[in-house]
Amino acid sequence: MDSSPQQKISLEAKGLSCIRDDRVLFEGLNFKLQNHQVLLLEGKNGCGKTSLLRIICGFREQDAGEFLWCDQLTSDSDFYSQMAYVGHLDGIKKELTVIENLKMSLALSQAGKYSIDQALEKVHLAGYDDSLVQSLSAGQKRRLSLARLLITKKSLWVLDEPFTSIDKQGIKLIESLMHEHVAGGGMIILTSHHDLLLHEADVQTINLSICH
Amino acid sequence: MSLTNAFFAVIRRDLILAFRRRAEVANPVFFFILIVTLFPLGIGAQPKLLQAMAPGVIWVSALLAVMLSLDSLFRSDFDDGSLEQMLLSSHPLTVLVFAKIVAHWLVTGLPLLFVAPLLAIFLGLPEQALGTLLLTLVLATPVLSLIGSIGVSLTVGLRRGGMILSLLVLPLYVPVLIFASNAVEMAGNGLAVDAQINILISIFFMSVVLAPLPAAAALKMSIS
Repeated sequence: MDSSPQQKISLEAKGLSCIRDDRVLFEGLNFKLQNHQVLLLEGKNGCGKTSLLRIICGFREQDAGEFLWCDQLTSDSDFYSQMAYVGHLDGIKKELTVIENLKMSLALSQAGKYSIDQALEKVHLAGYDDSLVQSLSAGQKRRLSLARLLITKKSLWVLDEPFTSIDKQGIKLIESLMHEHVAGGGMIILTSHHDLLLHEADVQTINLSICH
Repeated sequence: MSLTNAFFAVIRRDLILAFRRRAEVANPVFFFILIVTLFPLGIGAQPKLLQAMAPGVIWVSALLAVMLSLDSLFRSDFDDGSLEQMLLSSHPLTVLVFAKIVAHWLVTGLPLLFVAPLLAIFLGLPEQALGTLLLTLVLATPVLSLIGSIGVSLTVGLRRGGMILSLLVLPLYVPVLIFASNAVEMAGNGLAVDAQINILISIFFMSVVLAPLPAAAALKMSIS
């Protein structure tokens, strides 16, 4: 499916609940996200931010409620080929080189706007092409997992704490990449403890600590 | 990218990984060689007895060697989040899981094919049974990887799944063991083994078709 900027896409959640070990993390959660929008999830540790992201990715089943992608249930639509997830686990093999890792991600989805070389340039990892990932620092690994977003064609980015172990300059860089994605018609759902500087973007904020 | 590309990309990736973790990957083959070579030492100088036991010894060792390697099938992908990314891929997980199983067989099953004939001669297995031994290994070691994949995908989320894994998988391995070692034994006595080989072929095709589906479903459960 073509995800050109002109095309309208939306993700809508209706009456979502998540119960974990008899504890209600959130219930009756509604939101609607459209092109050019960012959804920022806030809240204390353990209030269900990551659980919500994992529900969006389909790793967890929600306890109630439903997701609509372009007004269709996510399970009936092409939602999963339109979204990318960067979570606590990098999803990167440390015994493979930077290039080998990115080629693998590319094989698993459609090619996006940037080539592998351009993406590495963007996240300031150019020249590390043939280094094994185990020789990279934590922040560099994080940049690599974000480079994966650039080489694949996904309209929704789901990011769990994207700024972990990244330096100040890196944070600016990621913010500019996020800005570019949103300006191009994409959507982002993220959790962060860091104050976002996405002035021009349309940011919705949900505080999960008060959702029950 | 197309599905075939993804399929071969997964196989290639797993083979590169296996090559970079040579020591870990060579473990099952060494284990196989070790058990088989220890038998003559334990039993003593009784060539007749060894010859009679050879098919069973080789097959039981092969089975244990494959079982030893099963945990590595999904473990590292589960731990570093690669499995999550595969789940989110636009390609069906069943195909990607099948690719991983193929790679697992290439790395653990295939080397057994090269070592087993040497060990068979070492145990005094009659020459006429060597062809059948190879044929049973070709047909049945993939089955061990395939059936094993269901067990591993169910237990990969557990911290100590090793014991449960063997309880789950061993009963399913028993038919393979019975038919394969029986075929080798009969071939050694110069008897026809068509029936056993046919049954192994049918088990092989059944597990190729049926194993990746539940394995993929179980992986989705393990991830959540």
